[in-house]
Amino acid sequence: MNLPPQPVTRVLVVEDDAAIRRFVRQALEDAGYQVSEAEGLRRGLIEAASRKPDLLVLDLGLPDGDGIDFIRDLRGWSALPVIVLSARVGDDDKIAALDAGADDYLVKPFSVGELMARVRAALRRRTAGGNSVSVLEFGACSLDLAARRLLRAGEPVHLTPVEYRLLAALAAHPGQVLTQRQLLLAVWGPNSVEHAHYLRIYMGHLRRKLESDPARPQHLLTETGIGYRFVTVAES
Amino acid sequence: MSEEPLRPDPDALLAAARAADARAERGRLKIYFGASAGVGKTWAMLDDAQRLRAGNVDLVVGVAETHGRSETAALLQGLECLPPRTVTLHGRSLPEFDLDAALARRPALLLVDELAHSNAPGSRHPKRWQDIEELLDAGIDVWTTVNVQHIESLNDVVGGITGIRVRETVPDHVFDAASEVELVDLPTDDLLRRLSEGKIYLPEQAERAVRHFFRKGNLMALRELALRRTAERVEDDVRSYRLEHVAQDRRAVWQVSDALLACVGPDSGAERLVRAAARRAAQGGAPWHAVYVETPALQRLPEARRRAILATLRLAESLGAVTATLTAEDAADAVVAYAREHNLGTVVTGYALPGAATALWRRLRGHRSFGERVAVQAPEIEFMVIARQPGADTGPPVPDGAAAEDADRLARRARGYVWALASSAAVTVVATPLLRYFDLANIVMLFLLAVVAVAVRHGRRAALAAAVLNVLAFDFFFVSPRFTFSVSDAQYLLTFAVMMAVGLVIGQLTASLRYQARVAGYREQRARGLFEMARDLGRALTQEQVAEIGERAVARAFRCQTAMMLADSDGRLAAVSPDNDRFVPDAGLAQWAFDHAEAAGAGTGTLPGAPVLYLPLQAPMRTRGVIAVKPSGPRLLMIPEQRQLLDTYAALVAIAIERVHFVAVAQDTLLSIESERLRNSLLAALSHDLRTPLTALIGLSENLSAALARDGSPRGADATAIADQARRTAQLVNNLLDMARLQAGSVALRRDWQSLEELAGSAIRSLGPALDRHVVELRLPPDLPLIHGDAVLLERVLVNLLENAAKYTPEGSHLRVSAEREGERIAIEVSDDGPGLPPGDPERLFRTFTRGDAESSTPGVGLGLAICRAIVRAHGGEIEASSRPAPAHGAVFRWTLPHLDLPADAPASHAADCAP
Repeated sequence: MNLPPQPVTRVLVVEDDAAIRRFVRQALEDAGYQVSEAEGLRRGLIEAASRKPDLLVLDLGLPDGDGIDFIRDLRGWSALPVIVLSARVGDDDKIAALDAGADDYLVKPFSVGELMARVRAALRRRTAGGNSVSVLEFGACSLDLAARRLLRAGEPVHLTPVEYRLLAALAAHPGQVLTQRQLLLAVWGPNSVEHAHYLRIYMGHLRRKLESDPARPQHLLTETGIGYRFVTVAES
Repeated sequence: MSEEPLRPDPDALLAAARAADARAERGRLKIYFGASAGVGKTWAMLDDAQRLRAGNVDLVVGVAETHGRSETAALLQGLECLPPRTVTLHGRSLPEFDLDAALARRPALLLVDELAHSNAPGSRHPKRWQDIEELLDAGIDVWTTVNVQHIESLNDVVGGITGIRVRETVPDHVFDAASEVELVDLPTDDLLRRLSEGKIYLPEQAERAVRHFFRKGNLMALRELALRRTAERVEDDVRSYRLEHVAQDRRAVWQVSDALLACVGPDSGAERLVRAAARRAAQGGAPWHAVYVETPALQRLPEARRRAILATLRLAESLGAVTATLTAEDAADAVVAYAREHNLGTVVTGYALPGAATALWRRLRGHRSFGERVAVQAPEIEFMVIARQPGADTGPPVPDGAAAEDADRLARRARGYVWALASSAAVTVVATPLLRYFDLANIVMLFLLAVVAVAVRHGRRAALAAAVLNVLAFDFFFVSPRFTFSVSDAQYLLTFAVMMAVGLVIGQLTASLRYQARVAGYREQRARGLFEMARDLGRALTQEQVAEIGERAVARAFRCQTAMMLADSDGRLAAVSPDNDRFVPDAGLAQWAFDHAEAAGAGTGTLPGAPVLYLPLQAPMRTRGVIAVKPSGPRLLMIPEQRQLLDTYAALVAIAIERVHFVAVAQDTLLSIESERLRNSLLAALSHDLRTPLTALIGLSENLSAALARDGSPRGADATAIADQARRTAQLVNNLLDMARLQAGSVALRRDWQSLEELAGSAIRSLGPALDRHVVELRLPPDLPLIHGDAVLLERVLVNLLENAAKYTPEGSHLRVSAEREGERIAIEVSDDGPGLPPGDPERLFRTFTRGDAESSTPGVGLGLAICRAIVRAHGGEIEASSRPAPAHGAVFRWTLPHLDLPADAPASHAADCAP
């Protein structure tokens, strides 16, 4: 069992369904987190401001307001990680939430294991966010952000400028889902946010250079219909 | 014309392109053209037909006139002949060409002899050339024969040469529109020899024919005419060939020759004038118009003459003219205005040689001829005069019914004279006692007043009569010596003269004013009728309302009976008010008019003998129905203006029907959008309400199972099973909801560029442990192009297919995803080396709720493949299943998606991205 770091980590759960709130709370408390709850956005905002949680789990389908506006407001004064829960079929709300500043998402119904994995990843990012690492190690590769250099099994790998920019954009938020729009904006600029085929082509190049099996990537993961996620450690 | 190469006129090119299109659909007409009977046209045609028969062409003889000539009859052997229709006329039965049988038989090529033949009364068309037009429209090729004297515009010329006029004529446009004209020529001497040998007519007829028609001089002239007409056609062919084929830069612009305006007058030579104008226009290939200007003076013509004029206008129309009758005070003004308005460069008019006395009188009056007046007003217009030969022709046949109207007119006129007499008497009676108090000069005023009154009520002739009567009465009863016509004081002669003159002038002015007022009133009435109908149509909400308003408006404006028939979606007509007791329209003729989008019935070229006119309601998009008009008198349909007005009404009604139709279409669309919105929100709500409790169920049972596991309870497995079942239920809910959305057709694809490698990778990842016991192999060529589609849905297809394959194959089986580009499509295969598909039609697997094995305990409702098919089809692709042929085994699911080219700005590879 993975013991949570000291001092106590606080998680705020904003969800209108009591049964879901109950099992999420149970799971988080079992993992040693301190949990506070809110039924709606108004209450959630007060809790978030007063209890200063380390992580927010937010349901998007709340009866008293738009969760995406809530995230936008929150991002005005807080950088706390947000994991959204979505029951809707379409991807639009998830993308909108991620674009608004959410860090990760889960589609209902989800399993407890999934939830806990995402929570751990988000908290890890939060603790790592403070001290900026200049060298990222993943698989056989090591990316030196200061020297703008990539080694694979000790050998330098040649990356074109665009490939490097794309990798750097992903590596800047390890474990976090980045939407197509965010990546296109970061790498190609505001005029290219509709050009998804750039991403497909360069992601293919990067995988061929970094992954042992480009068709089954371990680090440059696809979030189908939404975007990509860079992970340093292959999940189970 | 400039010598420089000029750009071709785009309109001419467009017209050529359209003509080429029309030719492609229409049948081709070939005409065997000869100078006279007996040159061997029918023989040549049949001879060609025999040759074609050898080449297995679907060829039928509709009509072939052998005229009892054995060598011609021999050529009919072996050809399929259409049995003739028998028409009984005046107790005799005549064989006639059977148009409907020919249309039903639909041969590739039909032979119909004698293009100029007039059909027996009661046939669908009065003329055979109209039958042939219909055959050509139906896409049937036709061969036919015609002699030169039957060509409409040459009719006069031939009549002038031979002294024999034929009534059976063929409009020039039919001849000109023929795809091919073959001249059947025979030297005159040979023809005469054949005639004397009895090869042309039966012997007893031959002699009479020779004396009348087959004189050598005649035959030579006819032969020359035929040769020249053919030569003209060849020239046309060359010109149209040039237009179509000569390199554009080498072609000089073809200047449109001046369009003609023929002025039809009341004189008997008008028909000749019209034919001459038609000939001129045809030579120049120019459009032409024929107008008749109805001045107040011409208003007073007897009915029979006016009808003759209208008949002449109809002749002009059949010769290809645009016709109109204009109402104006002065013919020259009206003609100049019309010519300028329609951009007609040449005015053609007839000229009758006046008698010497008339000419002198005109000169003395300083009277300017029509031509002079046109020339003064519009020097830019060319003026062409055709000499008239009074009595040379009798004009086109005048329809009956004129006599009755003339009698009516005479009765009116007689009433006018009675009134003139009465007014004269009344003024005399009233004025006699006044003579004591008033001067004679004032009494005259009373008489003048009476003339004005009569002129206002009864027109010019009555006014003239009143003026004369009043002068006489004034002289007789008032001027001394009274009660005699003699005058003692000569100054009264001046009074009489002035009185007479003033009476005449006033009478004339008043009558023409009255005429103008009547014309204005009539115009206003027309305009008001149209306006009222347009206003009512604007308010109509259903097709039935439109039809009813149209029926009423037409009936009111034309004083006729009407019935409206609307077409259903299959193009079948149905009367709007079937209980219409006014008259029952002929359904067959109405359908014909609708199908051909052409007027039929009374006064048209199709069954003109019918009592009812059928006008198609032509709207911009399509013909919407037919209006049947039963006029009270034939005049309604004779006057071009009335017909045009009727067409205007029909067009307004048609547009209104179309508007109502599209309003209904728009409402339907709105309704379906609304119901789709409702369906989508229902699905979304359902999805939320089903997922939320399932989420709780899964989460709670997992927590429970974790807690029980910690406590070492044996019930831990139960909790895990609950979680598994809940997860499976969630999967089922997902499938059902997806299927509902896909089947409703309400899925909006979020299309974008996708890499198949990426989709397959994430599909494998999302299946996770489900594939642990199988070997999954990806065979994707590195140069596989990107796919344009919805990432989530395409991944869903891969997930379903892989999951399916894993479910129905034993452990350790190999699953393979491969793809390749095949031309404009990308083919993707998901295959395995398991047992293959269950026996039976593989198509059945894609139906909803079908599983490979109905009794199988393998979980999952058979929605997976149905969803795959729905998704692939939504992307414009197809999916099918098959088993590998023996000895190999396994199932293959192969789907294709359309290949699209990447946008031009795609980063080709590293081209735009140089090394750092």
